[in-house]
Amino acid sequence: MARQLLKGNVAFAEAAIRAGCEAYFGYPITPQTEALEHMARRMPELGRTFVQAESEVAAINMVYGAATAGVRVMTSSSSPGVSLMMEGLSYIAGSRVPVVIVDIMRGGPGLGNIAPAQSDYNQMVKGGPHGDMRMIVLAPATVQELIDLTVLAFDLAERYRCVTVVLADGSLGQMMEPAELPPMTEPRPVEARPAWALTGARGREPHAITSIYLDPEEEEAYNRELQASYREIERHEVRFDETYLEDARIAVVAFGTAGRLSLTAIEAARAEGIAVGLLRPISLFPFPEERLLRLSDEVDAILVVEMNAGQMLTDVRRATRERVPIHFFGRTGGVVPMPEEVLSAIRDLQRELHPEEAVA
Amino acid sequence: MSVQAPSRTLAPVVSYPEALAPTPTHYCPGCTHGIAHRLVAEVIDELELRETTIGVASVGCSVFAYNYFALDFAQAPHGRAPALATGLKRTSPGKTVFTYQGDGDLASIGAAEILHAAARGERITVIFINNAIYGMTGGQMAPTTLAGQATTSSPLGRNVATQGYPLKMSELLAQVDGAAYVARQSLHDVVHIRRAKKAIRKAFEVQQQGLGFAMVELLSSCPTNWGLDAQGALDFIRDSMVPVYPLGEFKAPQATAAVQPSGNGKAAR
Repeated sequence: MARQLLKGNVAFAEAAIRAGCEAYFGYPITPQTEALEHMARRMPELGRTFVQAESEVAAINMVYGAATAGVRVMTSSSSPGVSLMMEGLSYIAGSRVPVVIVDIMRGGPGLGNIAPAQSDYNQMVKGGPHGDMRMIVLAPATVQELIDLTVLAFDLAERYRCVTVVLADGSLGQMMEPAELPPMTEPRPVEARPAWALTGARGREPHAITSIYLDPEEEEAYNRELQASYREIERHEVRFDETYLEDARIAVVAFGTAGRLSLTAIEAARAEGIAVGLLRPISLFPFPEERLLRLSDEVDAILVVEMNAGQMLTDVRRATRERVPIHFFGRTGGVVPMPEEVLSAIRDLQRELHPEEAVA
Repeated sequence: MSVQAPSRTLAPVVSYPEALAPTPTHYCPGCTHGIAHRLVAEVIDELELRETTIGVASVGCSVFAYNYFALDFAQAPHGRAPALATGLKRTSPGKTVFTYQGDGDLASIGAAEILHAAARGERITVIFINNAIYGMTGGQMAPTTLAGQATTSSPLGRNVATQGYPLKMSELLAQVDGAAYVARQSLHDVVHIRRAKKAIRKAFEVQQQGLGFAMVELLSSCPTNWGLDAQGALDFIRDSMVPVYPLGEFKAPQATAAVQPSGNGKAAR
């Protein structure tokens, strides 16, 4: 498949189709609406299911229903819409059916605006949905990675029977970049739906897919199973990318677009002789805990860069046990930091570490 | 000439529906949920749909419906059963999909989901239990609570000036083009129970024929939260609910859309 110029929102929608996504339910919201529009045209063309729901509340519950039937199903939305899906996501996690959701984040809180932000880290990674539950969260930094992680999200959701989130921001949804789509995968035939699916109780005991366990002991036993699956995810699904860390004395830790623009700043800083590198977490849950702890032994300071007020920052502090000074640079409300601003934060940090080298 | 003795084996007059699980329910004595469950199960058996039907349970007293039907079942968040049913039916068009929802679930928190499922003409069957009160949480006011009816959250009686009017979901949904069959029946006596079963059967047949959205509203009892005994609760349906919620078909394929009210029910006892 050749590389082509693709808009992020269209790219992940088409990637999902090629990953065998059989049903899409969504509600229009900027800056991800092109994904819904792409699905509206393509899914019926391929004999698959597209429904524009009356709300995000309904959309996520349609997704839930289709997931109980054992099909590959997804939705996509943006911050305020994703907030409305929290109830459904908790039920989906509580009944262990596989679902993929793409969140193209925008500035908040409230209605906020439609500019790119990373304001939903806490909501998606730390749990907006009620109950002791986690979702796998994958954060792409390019359109190509958005495509690849969307495909991976379906596999992970099915492997662990959980919700997998692709967490990107409005700039990735809106930007056009050369990227390569995967080859087409047909949806699985009806006979090949998973053994737990609701397909009608023919020649077997009826299946019930539910998240209610009135007996606290039974609920706790179920919670233990859930927690065991999250530990399994933590053992096997940690993903991150690192650049220029071999000789670095300063490490920038940033995900998604913040990671990408930090790299531009890091390259400029290195040209000035500052030994700085980048650790870019790709899986936000599971978080690269072990790598961050090691990193705290390797560098003199860490600079966390985010497009929010410091949401991942608390996880970096925790994972490194603050064995090195942790600094933060963030812009909020839909303001995308310029690489020059990050460069300036790197220079400040360098001066703080090496005051003797400070230039007047 | 010899006369053969008549067989001593008698065919059973009543049997347990296959679609109903042989399990005791948690429903209160005098509650008509059991009757509604049995009617749905009998219809599913008669239409030979047991192995191809998927039910969606809601939140409220019928939350454990999946334990009582011998069918594949999903359990939906409060009010969202029509959305789950949409997801199921669209991806399993060959299956029969139904929801079983109470009045708090369907008419209050799930008002948007039921309205839009009807508007899209989803090929699903909805069994709507209207007992004019929240049962599971202990007798609070529902959208369907009658004017003046005392509940734990309208202790002086529902004051329509501040707490609104009873919501007539069947009349409302019958206006929607995507709805193919909408009927209201009652479970307060044998005559009406038989009519209710006919309506439930039609609501499943409409789905089988792919005609659109189908709903049967069933006026039901809640003796525990109404503070009445079992017979008193059935009388309350007949005397107080039926006059507010007239019975009959509000919309049916090739049928007159005229309401056929069964009067105030006084003679039906």
